[in-house]
Formats: sequence, structure tokens, C-alpha cells
Amino acid sequence: MVNLFKWGLKKSPWVFHLGASACNNCDIEILDALTPKFDVERFGIVLVGSPRHADVLLVSGFVNRQSIERFKRVYEATPSPKIVVAVGVCACSADMFRDSYNFVRPVDEIIPVDVYVPGCPPKPEAIIAGVVKALEKIK
Amino acid sequence: MIELLKILFYFLIIPGFLFTALVGLVSTWIDRKVTARVQWRKGPPWFQPFADVLKLLGKETIIPEGGSVITFLSAPLIGLAAVTLVSTMLWLFNINPKGSFIGDLIVLIYLLTVPSLALIIGGSASRNPLSALGSSREMKLVLAYELPFILAAFTVVAKAGSIIMGNIIGYQTAQGMMITTVSGAVAFLVSLLVVQAKLGYIPFDIPEAEQEIMGGLLLEYSGPPLGAFKIMKAMLFFTLPVFMITLYLGGIDISSWMGILWFAIKYVIILTLIILVKNTNPRIRIDQALRFFWGPVTALAAIGFILALVGW
Repeated sequence: MVNLFKWGLKKSPWVFHLGASACNNCDIEILDALTPKFDVERFGIVLVGSPRHADVLLVSGFVNRQSIERFKRVYEATPSPKIVVAVGVCACSADMFRDSYNFVRPVDEIIPVDVYVPGCPPKPEAIIAGVVKALEKIK
Repeated sequence: MIELLKILFYFLIIPGFLFTALVGLVSTWIDRKVTARVQWRKGPPWFQPFADVLKLLGKETIIPEGGSVITFLSAPLIGLAAVTLVSTMLWLFNINPKGSFIGDLIVLIYLLTVPSLALIIGGSASRNPLSALGSSREMKLVLAYELPFILAAFTVVAKAGSIIMGNIIGYQTAQGMMITTVSGAVAFLVSLLVVQAKLGYIPFDIPEAEQEIMGGLLLEYSGPPLGAFKIMKAMLFFTLPVFMITLYLGGIDISSWMGILWFAIKYVIILTLIILVKNTNPRIRIDQALRFFWGPVTALAAIGFILALVGW
């Protein structure tokens, strides 16, 4: 029975787009990955509007003082089992904003991150590959 | 004892829950596949709806803080039970027209409202402003489409001169399909529009509206209750066309292979119409929907009813 649920999770990952405080570049690439050109619905990937429906959180941007509380709450609002994919170099390591007055902590010190997709911004292919890698981790 | 087991079998396996849910989920796959083809995509594999539901059954259920637990969790079950009952009754009437009773059409119309009520109850119990907004929109939508729907159903009653489903099916076997008459065709058109709203499909997906109120009624639902709502919607997607086929397209004859083939053709035609309307229209606002249903659609339904009384 548990195997059936896991099979279902692998075949229908619903993604929620969680922008921490991105510059909008990664967000546009995430939307690009969801366009008919890439047709991710072939793999069951669907964008959902509520974190309650989500299986995969696509985090973009670094977490600042304003967004950290909301960020944690969205993570808690997502029902487990959940997968977190850090999209873009800001979500992976905060990159050039590491010395910013507004920077708090890297994403993976706030919530557990499963897969890192570096790039500024990463290509849509890389984002899809990241989600697929995250699904491969489900054993 | 045997009688009770028989009823349970009808309700839970065929033609009730299991059968309707399976066919309904396959229908939602057809919907997604056709949508994908319309948008120049390949679309999901055939098992996609089953994978979705299985995954949801295995996920955590989060109950919103301060929400009403019992109401929140029982709403999807109320909806599921109502749709299952409608489907079972419709199929049993079609298999054995003598098994129907006086006023069963009214019972069916009542039961077809219950899924919307379940959504309203669930949305209101979520304790979320956006869900409450979705609930209020769904309420307005129900108020908007019920009048033309009942008028369209009673056109058939006026035509057949009986309010018993068995007699309506018998009338159509003797006199030809209801849709071949003028009033029947008008009533069919009206109920097609209403079914679109009852299913919550674009252009009438106002209560859910993913882009503006994040899924509205279903926003706070997660895991098995969300799966139950998904199954309920899939079952409605099968049951409402069956209801329309029974009323307007001559019922279902399952005694021969030809009859089953005919039923499949009629079902696919209705499905295609619904999916094409869904894919070629933008979402309208709730006030536009209200004006649309109370204005032109009700007028059309009234004209159909009068035509039926005159004898067209």
C-alpha cells in the first residue's frame, strides 16, 4: 500500500511556486518550464495555487527579514511527504546577497532542501531535471 | 438479508461508487488529454487521475486551526454519498424502468444539488477568507443555475406527461428521443450550459478560480479529503452526462451491444461539447454568470417549457 502511495507521488508531483524574495528572474524561468513547449503535464507535474495541495515546493530567491516568518509558515502548511527544490543560486547559497543587511540565513538552514538547482537563472530544462532528481530520492 | 446485500452491491460496486468513480476518472483523463491536444501538447498518460488520487490518499491531512473538524472532514463524504446515490438510481432506472417511483426526477434534482452544498459546507468550515469567498460564489452560482435546470427538466415532464423516470424513458423509446423535438432541443441546450456550471468548469469555475482565489473552496483541503473531492468531481463528470442522456437522448439500453455502443457515442458527444466549451472560453465574473443564467438562459428554458406545453 505504501508503495502504491509512493508510486502516486512519483507520477503526480504538484508543484507550488514559493518565491522567498526573488528578483523575478527565476520566477519567470519557472513559469517558462510550465509552458506548453516543455509540457510537464506529461510527467503529471501541475502548478497548484495552494501549498495545501502541493508536493514539491520550488523555492526561488534568498530569505530576508520580511519573508522569513511567512516562508516558514508556507513550509508548515504543506502536507508531508513534501520535497523542496531550491531554484537559482540565491536559494542555493544567497550568492551576492550574502553580505546584505537584509539577509538572514540560507534556505537550507531554515528548511530541509532536497535538491539544489544552481544558475542565475537556471534554464527550464535544469528546473525540470531538478524536480525529477528530487523524485528519484523517494525510496 | 440477500436484498440488503444486493442493495449494498448496487450502491458500492456496480453501478454505484466503484464503477462511477473508475469511469469518471478515465473521463477526467480524456478531458485533460483533449485539453492538451487543443493546446498543442502531448498531455498526461492514461493513469494520471489514478496516480493523483492515490497520491492524495497517502498524504497528510491538515485541519486548519480553529476550523470545525467534523464539518470539515464530513463535507466530502456527504458529496460522495449524494453522487453515488444519483448514479445508482439513474442506472437502475435505465436497466429496469418499472423500478422507478412517482417524483423520482425531483429526488434526482435535489441530490444533484448536494455536491455543491458539500463544497459550500467544506469551504465555510475551512476558516479561510478565500475559502469563504469561494463558498459565497458557489452559493450564488447554485442560485443562478438551479431555476433554468429545473425548467429544462420539467420541459421533459410536460412532454412525456409523467414525472416518473421509467415513463420518461418509455415515452422516448416509443416516440423517439426528446432532443428531436424543438422543445427538447432547447431544454438540452440549456441543461448543457447548466452542467458546465454544475461541474465547475471554465467559464463557470468562479468558485475555484485558481489564479485569483487560489483554489477557493478547496484551498484548505489536503490529502484524503481533497482526494475525496476530486473523486466526487470525477463522478459528477460521468453522472451528469448520464442524467442528460436519460432525460433528452433516449436513455440507456444495456440489453444489447448496440445499445451500449450507442450510449458510449452519446456520452462522448456530450463530453466533447463540455470540453470544447471549457477550452475556448475565458472565466467570467460572478455577476456576469448570474446575469447570464437569470437572463438569456432562463428565458430560453421558459420558451422551451411553453413550447412543450403547446405540443412542439
